[in-house]
Amino acid sequence: MRVPLNWLADYVDLPADTDPHVLAAEFAAIGLEEEDFFGPEITGPLVVGRVLELVKEEHSNGKTVNWCRVDVGPEHNEDADDPKDPQPGDEGPSRGIICGAHNFVVGDLIVACLPGAVLPGDFQIAARKTYGHKSDGMICSAKELGLGEDHDGIIVLKNLGLSGEPGDDAIALLGLDQVTLDVNVTPDRGYQLSMRGIAREYAQMKGQSFTDIGSPTVAEVNAPTDDGFPVVIEDSKPIDGNVGCDQFTALQVTGLDPAATTPFWMQRRLIAAGMRPISLTVDVTNYVMLELGQPLHAYDTALLGEEIVVRRAQAGEKFTTLDDVERTLDAEDLLITDRGGQGSDSTGGKIIGLAGVMGGAAVEVNDETTDVVIESAHFDPISIARTARRHKLSSEASRRFERGVDPRLGPVAARRCADLLVELAGGTLSPATTQVGQAPEPTVIELPVKRVDSLVGVDYTTAEVTGLLEGIGAVIEVIGKDRLAVTVPSWRSDITADVDLIEEVARTGGYDRIPSIQPAARAGQGMTEAQRTRRRISNLLAADGFTEVLSYPFTSDKRDDQLRLEADDVRRKHIRLANPMSEDLPLMRTNLLSTLVELVARNFGRGAKDVALFEAGLVSTSAGLPAGPGPRHLPGYHPSDAELEEVYASVPAQPYHYAGIISGNAEMPGVWGKGRKAEATDVIDTVRRIAETNGLEVTVEADQIAPWHPGRAAKFVLADGQTLGHAGELHPKACENLGLPARTVAFEIDLDALLAQEDLRAWDGALSTYPVSRQDVALIVDADLPAQTLAATLREGAGEELELLETFDLYTGDQLPEGKKSLAFRLTFRTPDRTLKADEASAMREAATKLAAERHGAEVRS
Amino acid sequence: MTDQLDPLDESAVKAAVDAALSAFADARTLDELKAAKIDFTGDKAPLALANRAIGSLDKADKAAAGKIVGKSRGQVKKALDARQAELEAERDAAVLIEESIDVTLPTDRARLGARHPLSLIQEQASDYFIGLGWEVAEGPEIESEWLNFDSLNFGPDHPARQMQDTFFVDPPEAGLVLRTHTSPVQSRSLLQRGVPLYIVCPGKTFRTDELDATHTPVFHQIEGIAIDKGLTMANLQGTLDGFAREMFGPESKTRLRPSFFPFTEPSAEMDFWFPNKVGGPGWIEWGGCGMVHPNVLKAAGIDPEVYQGFAFGMGIERTLMLREGINDMHDMVEGDVRFSARFGMKA
Repeated sequence: MRVPLNWLADYVDLPADTDPHVLAAEFAAIGLEEEDFFGPEITGPLVVGRVLELVKEEHSNGKTVNWCRVDVGPEHNEDADDPKDPQPGDEGPSRGIICGAHNFVVGDLIVACLPGAVLPGDFQIAARKTYGHKSDGMICSAKELGLGEDHDGIIVLKNLGLSGEPGDDAIALLGLDQVTLDVNVTPDRGYQLSMRGIAREYAQMKGQSFTDIGSPTVAEVNAPTDDGFPVVIEDSKPIDGNVGCDQFTALQVTGLDPAATTPFWMQRRLIAAGMRPISLTVDVTNYVMLELGQPLHAYDTALLGEEIVVRRAQAGEKFTTLDDVERTLDAEDLLITDRGGQGSDSTGGKIIGLAGVMGGAAVEVNDETTDVVIESAHFDPISIARTARRHKLSSEASRRFERGVDPRLGPVAARRCADLLVELAGGTLSPATTQVGQAPEPTVIELPVKRVDSLVGVDYTTAEVTGLLEGIGAVIEVIGKDRLAVTVPSWRSDITADVDLIEEVARTGGYDRIPSIQPAARAGQGMTEAQRTRRRISNLLAADGFTEVLSYPFTSDKRDDQLRLEADDVRRKHIRLANPMSEDLPLMRTNLLSTLVELVARNFGRGAKDVALFEAGLVSTSAGLPAGPGPRHLPGYHPSDAELEEVYASVPAQPYHYAGIISGNAEMPGVWGKGRKAEATDVIDTVRRIAETNGLEVTVEADQIAPWHPGRAAKFVLADGQTLGHAGELHPKACENLGLPARTVAFEIDLDALLAQEDLRAWDGALSTYPVSRQDVALIVDADLPAQTLAATLREGAGEELELLETFDLYTGDQLPEGKKSLAFRLTFRTPDRTLKADEASAMREAATKLAAERHGAEVRS
Repeated sequence: MTDQLDPLDESAVKAAVDAALSAFADARTLDELKAAKIDFTGDKAPLALANRAIGSLDKADKAAAGKIVGKSRGQVKKALDARQAELEAERDAAVLIEESIDVTLPTDRARLGARHPLSLIQEQASDYFIGLGWEVAEGPEIESEWLNFDSLNFGPDHPARQMQDTFFVDPPEAGLVLRTHTSPVQSRSLLQRGVPLYIVCPGKTFRTDELDATHTPVFHQIEGIAIDKGLTMANLQGTLDGFAREMFGPESKTRLRPSFFPFTEPSAEMDFWFPNKVGGPGWIEWGGCGMVHPNVLKAAGIDPEVYQGFAFGMGIERTLMLREGINDMHDMVEGDVRFSARFGMKA
């Protein structure tokens, strides 16, 4: 809401020396945050001038300009003409100015800005040579002064209803020294979208008494008569039982002068408030809306039918709003229509407006209008909000209706509008007054004063609470000891319960009165195991050289193709967004790698050589989501257990994943050596370390799954058979598709699967301190036998005394038959109760190799 | 050296000892010492010969000679050992000096990883509240509309619901959104944990803002809610003051300004006092807060006549930007390793 301070001063005692920045801070402290500040943009000299003489000079470019002698007052006039460039007419104190506009004549008072002045946009004025003369200043148009659009060239004071003497300061005369504060009105406080509402806040803040010009008991209103303009409210489809229009006041003014124009002061205020002057009638309706908060509409009586009908639209009806957009209407849209007038359609009338949102051209006032019907109605906020949203048409009117307009304001605003029209355009206000519907009874809320204290934490006295609530316009009755019955002001539809009143006490009493007391919480349980595990893993990965990143979770089918996911891969079952940021990325990720790869590519694009990234976060799939509409319940409703289950079930499962990628070197090159490129085993080991540091054993299996290399991917299986995840080298094609360096390696695991594991570790006695016996053996096996399988067999065969099994060599090559490999193991034996003899350890090793020979045909390599 | 030394000639023996000691002292290296050792303690050394000669002496002289020669040989042996130890120590020290390396050479053969500062700051905030006895709650990012809006007193036509630039899941009838704030975790916690309740919920949130210097469609918030008997706005102020001190230093504090949120009444915008603000200390907007609206409690089946409390929320990105002087959101969301590297594992 833009608040021109000189306008505000009409209703409150606003000292002339008010510092607008201090005022903005004071407004912020009561909830009106400063959005913008419009201060004086012009520095003088900007003065009234009288055109003493002018000659029209035609120039070679086809343009005719006026070479003018202008009296700009004794302080600014030059005593004599420049002999080389005399001004037209008789010599005398004046200045010569070139002007391209033609809407003025000799003798007119105009506005001249003289050398040294600065206009909006930091436009510096200086004497300059133009069209063969020295123009010693500029005759100003409204646009040049930030006073609106140009219609007729330069400003001629009499056309604005202004007067003055040459040399008078035009900045003050035109109100260009005014300050406007733009304050943010929160969506619950419709009443603040008016000078009336802002003035009340100011008066209460400053402890001033306040006269409410919007009150029907203060302002003049017309009593309803039987012969008012006929208005019928036919609401066939009230929303939630609320009739779309519960009140309609209509007044008629006749005999207006169609040529009357909006006075300058009113134009200035409209512009300062952010609106554009249009025509006197429209400007007056807008002015009253800004002043009181009641949107109004004026119809040309001559174009209007016999009666006004407020009704819902028929689905599919068409209506062209004043912004020249044809709208296809919805059955919920509330319309203003007439019946029996010119241009009636098959319904016997025509649509003249989208109620509370925007009118149409059919019955608009125009430059021949002499008689008008003024509509001052109250509409259902929800109906208006839905229509405005549906048609993406937010207007000054709809903003106010959505946020709540004072239901008692209709007759006041209609009368104020009529009075201004009569005052500014002549005419007569007809006593015939239409009043359909009644303002609702005011709400009364009981408020124990103690409840205020117990919520805010400030000890207010009953007198204070009463005073503060009276300040917002409430009527207070004491109905018991420290117990109040509060009649809510009609313009405060936001106040429906005691907490709303408590907020008003706290707000107007000042939040700065609230003390600072840290509450003592109950003893808590600390972090959950899941939270501790996440920190453990994230810190492990960072310590292992991965950098944590947070990619956006948006992806696409194209990305799935790049990753080479099969058509039936569950990771292609995405949740889709109805309104994605980009049509290129409309899907929610089902795995972290799909979005993490992009960040790897970005780092390479920025010149990184070796990159290791990890991300932790949620993923989702659409698999298993219930079809059909989701459960809906209204605010304040506590769903039953069954309804809650339905709510929870409507939300897709979102497991917590970890993923990591290494591109380039795993070990850095440097003075110590060449470094080492990352390979599949690096990330396979990362996952193993994650599992083992969390006390879990994982089994590794070869797997063929996108986006990994079919021969270089490992699957991790947990003790309960669940898959923890995958790791390995990415498929060369996937790397190519994604713009990643060849041989990029990656892992992705499901943390929830890890957390679901039982901790199977058991402590089975004290550590043995007897010496160990180490036995080495190399076994030749089929090349495709997984090392982990062979190791498991050896462990089984070696027996309980085997403390440690290390695989220390892998050999394939000329010394072995085709299709064979050799794996070398070191077996470390130890017993809990004695020193093993050498032959005992050898026997154990032989038992192990024997089992390996039986199971896998393993031969001991000699 | 071939002259036979008389084992009874004390001055001759002393001269032999002195010669030995002098030779040891003059030995500069272990090799020279070894040569001196052979000369003065070897089989043919004067003292050795003198010792051997004792055997042929008279019985009466044997004891005296033995005493003289024995003492002298002991003296020589001791001097030799001492010099030996000295020279060995010198040699050892020289070896270590020779083995010196340039300790300033680069050592970073293992890649240095880093946490994302947005994660670290969430951990810091969580730890602070855990220290107060609060717990950390979590919830899904794709959330039911009822939990994201209605349960929090945002009705279907509430103007505030339109203020939110919400990502809707397709089809919109499914009633699913990307949560626009961490507040649905409030409702989930009230429903599932009940009261009294003291929790914070850090997490990822979504709004349809284009990425620019100050906006990102995916961002993070931390939300707090405390519901108990008798909690007041003063307790809200106290909690915020404490949190501000944790995040911005002991000089910090907070200030409330009236505002509007559907899920709180009274509601407030919150500013914090930032001692390290660029251009001098001052107030900076940090988040929103207020006393939890009775409808939020009712939706969770909690009697607002008995229980009341407060809630607050602030942006993690904003907190980090202010605290660390980061002026472009892009750096936080683009995943450039140079950004996180600056923070390491501590934000």
